[in-house]
Amino acid sequence: MMAKLHITTSINGDATEFLCEPHDTLLDVLRNDLQMTGTKEGCGSGDCGACSVTVDGRLVCACLVLGVEAEGREIGTIEGVGDNDKLNVIQEKFLEHAALQCGICTPGLVVSTQALLTLNPDPTEAEARYFLAGNLCRCTGYDKIIRAVLDAAATMKGAA
Amino acid sequence: MSEAREFKYIGQNTIRPDGFDKVTGRANYGADMSLPGMVWGKILRSPHAHAIIKSLDISKAEAHPGVLAIATHADFPSVTDEAIESGEGSSTLLDLARNVLAKDKVLYHGHAIVAIAAKTAAIAEQALALVDIDYEVLKPVLDVRTAMAADAPLLHADMFTQGLEEAPTRASNIAVRHEMKLGDIDAGFAEADVIVEREFYTPTAHQGYIEPHACTVRYDKDGQSMVWCSTQGHFDVRSSTAKLLGMKLGQLKVIASEIGGGFGGKTTVYLEPVALILSRKSGRPVKMVMNRDEVLKATGPGSASRSKIKLGAKKDGTITAMKGWLAYEAGAFKGSPVMLGCMTAFTPYAVANMYIEGFDVVVNKAKVAAYRAPGAPQAEFAVEMLVNELAVELGRDPIDLRLQNAAKEGTQTIYGPKFKRVGLVECLEAARDSAHYKQALQANQGRGIAAGFWFNVGGQSSVVINMNPDGTGTIVEGSPDIGGSRASMQMMAAEAMGIAPGLLKPIIADTENVAFSQGTGGSRTTFATGMAVIEAAEDVVNQVKQRAASVWNVTAEQVDWADGVATNMAGEERLTLAEVCAGAERTGGQISGRANINARGAGPSFAVHLCDVQVDKETGKVDVVRYTAVQDAGKAIHPQYVEGQYQGGAAQGIGWALNEEYVFSADGLMENAGFLDYRIPVASDLPMIDTIIVEVPNAFHPYGVRGVGESGIIPPLGAVGYAVESAIGAKVTDLPLSPPRVLALIQGNT
Amino acid sequence: MAVVDYQAPLSIKEAVTLLAGSDIKAKVMAGGTDLIIQSKSQAAEPLRILDLKHISEMMSYDISDAGLSLGPAMCCAEFTALDDVNALYPGLVEAAYLIGSTQVQGRASIGGNLCNSSPAADTIPALMASRAECVIHGVEGERTVAVEDFVTGVGRNCMQPGELLQSIWLPRPAAGTRDAYLRFIPRSEMDIAVAGAGVSVSIDASGTCTAARVAIGAVAPTALLVPQAAAALVGTQLDESALAQAAAAASIAASPITDRRGTADYRRQIVGVLVKRAALIAKQRAQASL
Repeated sequence: MMAKLHITTSINGDATEFLCEPHDTLLDVLRNDLQMTGTKEGCGSGDCGACSVTVDGRLVCACLVLGVEAEGREIGTIEGVGDNDKLNVIQEKFLEHAALQCGICTPGLVVSTQALLTLNPDPTEAEARYFLAGNLCRCTGYDKIIRAVLDAAATMKGAA
Repeated sequence: MSEAREFKYIGQNTIRPDGFDKVTGRANYGADMSLPGMVWGKILRSPHAHAIIKSLDISKAEAHPGVLAIATHADFPSVTDEAIESGEGSSTLLDLARNVLAKDKVLYHGHAIVAIAAKTAAIAEQALALVDIDYEVLKPVLDVRTAMAADAPLLHADMFTQGLEEAPTRASNIAVRHEMKLGDIDAGFAEADVIVEREFYTPTAHQGYIEPHACTVRYDKDGQSMVWCSTQGHFDVRSSTAKLLGMKLGQLKVIASEIGGGFGGKTTVYLEPVALILSRKSGRPVKMVMNRDEVLKATGPGSASRSKIKLGAKKDGTITAMKGWLAYEAGAFKGSPVMLGCMTAFTPYAVANMYIEGFDVVVNKAKVAAYRAPGAPQAEFAVEMLVNELAVELGRDPIDLRLQNAAKEGTQTIYGPKFKRVGLVECLEAARDSAHYKQALQANQGRGIAAGFWFNVGGQSSVVINMNPDGTGTIVEGSPDIGGSRASMQMMAAEAMGIAPGLLKPIIADTENVAFSQGTGGSRTTFATGMAVIEAAEDVVNQVKQRAASVWNVTAEQVDWADGVATNMAGEERLTLAEVCAGAERTGGQISGRANINARGAGPSFAVHLCDVQVDKETGKVDVVRYTAVQDAGKAIHPQYVEGQYQGGAAQGIGWALNEEYVFSADGLMENAGFLDYRIPVASDLPMIDTIIVEVPNAFHPYGVRGVGESGIIPPLGAVGYAVESAIGAKVTDLPLSPPRVLALIQGNT
Repeated sequence: MAVVDYQAPLSIKEAVTLLAGSDIKAKVMAGGTDLIIQSKSQAAEPLRILDLKHISEMMSYDISDAGLSLGPAMCCAEFTALDDVNALYPGLVEAAYLIGSTQVQGRASIGGNLCNSSPAADTIPALMASRAECVIHGVEGERTVAVEDFVTGVGRNCMQPGELLQSIWLPRPAAGTRDAYLRFIPRSEMDIAVAGAGVSVSIDASGTCTAARVAIGAVAPTALLVPQAAAALVGTQLDESALAQAAAAASIAASPITDRRGTADYRRQIVGVLVKRAALIAKQRAQASL
């Protein structure tokens, strides 16, 4: 067995260090080594978006990033969304619109929606649907999710 | 209970009490539990669809550094043929044991054979490769026609078809034949002026939950054990697992994690008994998590089906005869929901003459599990396609034709009961009067309508409501929350007690902290667990009134209770709930309400869906451009979550109709075991899904509730199927309507 | 499972030295969206990964009057947001945009898509249509290969052990020349192409096509240039008859397989439809650029 690598990174603004094997993905590291289980595994192959995180602000699937690649980067996960115990607008709108049933896809969707509204603060319904196409949901049929996203966008624009 | 009842809390869209945890990632699902000293379990799965295990050698794997324990079928104490209930399927213990770990034969690609526990997941996987198995590969059987043929290779040498008129002498792949009838089918067709008849096919489809199966378990030396798992029914996990391992129920504590989707697929066990064996043998807690490949290859999908349906009607539109033949794939072991298909197929119709025959057929594919209204979507697809065809033959509007023949109160069903009050007519009328139905179609578009019926079940639920000295309380129930049911429990208790919902916290207790409750499935939770919650809440109210009475020295009958306040009708004094709870120590101890029920009187939920599609005639691509789901909820406790059930069922049905199917090689190997090639709908595939909640109250529930979880997946197959048929002007019989199939239909070559 | 070592070279020279001198199998990685999945398969062969993302030339681009020099490891999300690139090579941008979901876009790169050399890769027909060239760097220095000669088979390309793709060069299209890429998938997103078509046309002031390149993907072991399809467009106004001929030529040139994503017959038909539709989009863009 190869020696573990020592990685220094920043997660949700907190300086963090961990040890990992070269083959470990960022998802493995977050969930198993750092006990940050908010990021979920649905497929391990980048097809479902349940493990959505940001790396240096860019939306990615953590299952397709190696743990070692976190070195020197800023990682953003669901645990860093909102402000300690206060929900952000996206999270509030998801609850208001009942945009979740089982909730397993919700952390990934919240992170992805945050990325969407950062890049495009006023998306059309079609733009929202295509941007979020990489986040699979099996429970809701997406209707209430899209309504929550568009409402969050409108609210954030109004507050701006 | 009157229909015009005003509710104080019921019918509002409250924020679900577990919402904060779910939108922050704090909620803990099946794979989110770790224990000190935990090791990882992985499973070796069959590379063949059908083979005899001639020899199995685990010695090299056992010797691999870091391997702590290995489990095979031999580790089960001897299991019997005893029938077990698991959700809406039924199985035998022996079949369950052989599915969980193969015995002597492997029966599908991905069938579990050996499990290994090791210090890391990586080591466990390396050790799997060191297991030596010698297989005698057999010819696989991959569809019902092949399986039912006289010369078919047999999966089970001891399978003799049940339900035949003459007991069979030769083994078969047909496990059971069902037959149901009403009236005189031949006379029914003799009366008919128009007859339509056709064969249909629906593919294997997986429930598609985003969360793979997962558990963390600990088997302790004193025999006490704990299982943390993602499940729809932790009491069912307890009973199946205890039976498989020869344990007493009281030794096994099962904790239901939050569940990331189930739709029926998590009403059985796969990993839990295996993990416990590994934990017992290694002396360590064991965690096992399936990957997506395993989920799609080896966990129960919904049955593929072949059906032949024949309908007869008079010129005036009266349907006089409905006849059906269904053959459903059960997968490797018996237990497809074909009987439920027989029971539901014709049930939206009041027709005097019905006959249906159904066959449960084993094939070399994963053993099927319940999938949302199991058995109904397959059969209803065929029936609704033909009812639409009949409407065209008769020159009638398809909703109108259904209204003329709709099941209603008093209609005799094929499976036994006569309907009490049901809401199919109201759903059809709502569909007919909807903005969607009035909207004109554009070029290359087609519209389909379809109905669906599901019984919904009641069953056992146990609830305790513990009141705190400050007037808040905990609702302790045992129904895993798959879709927001905690919110409904909170509201029903609040309504019954007359206090704000926010004062009550619903929790899903483990098997040691709440009495037996049947699993979350069968659309039972809001109905049955809700009924228990209401009864427990009323028990709290009765006790509170007693305490107030004792304080005022009057009888309980002299105490009025309204809006959370007790009033002495014989005097003027008032006590709030909080005040009574604060004084509970002095008046006799803490206040706790309880209900242990076996709920009866579940009300069926009818659904009617409208679907408009647009077809690209050069490529065969189908886009759903408008969709409306109408369904009877009896009384919608939390309307948004009711709508959510309608929309979710519709989305699954649309996926089943358009793109979802299993692709097998000629050798029976599954080729699309991932979300890339098992194509469930993505956000950009669907429009907004409009919903209409019809409320025809169920008189057997205090608030009129009908379960709604399942009916919504039944109409989409026919609604989408007929919309495509109508858009392209060619008969649709086979699903899914993937672009190549649609293009072939357009071009006239099928 | 197979990844046993990870290195992040800071220059192309360092990367090539590590690649050529590796004692075990070594692969370069940009976004890793193919490589990480492949490395998770049960194959036990130990693998050394060389992460290219710390090499600035691999991650940047340069547009001049001569053309576009593209660092092949730049992620698609970044690439597709470049307005100056999109103005000149909209077809390549739309091809890059189609690779996977937003999350995959945050990692996947054109270079990775090209070097993975899947028959269904979206960028390859678009690169072919735009006359792209691959600058390959090995221990002995650089060499340039036309993109249509780069991919040699299913999952195979012309690079030798120890070589990596240093940059992709696209000549600047003149006014009146533009490209388009279309693919067909069963859903609206997230699928691997069942068929793909990359077309570049040059249209003069009278609306006549003076030059064309047509490339098809996912319908043969590699993406294919179809000169006969291009010839059918040249000298015409891209009327129905010319388009039909181009489509027919594309269908004939295709040699598709039947797999879980489509039948051979279906792919053959669809690729023709895509060529027609892509040609019309390219024409519209070409005329707008005059």
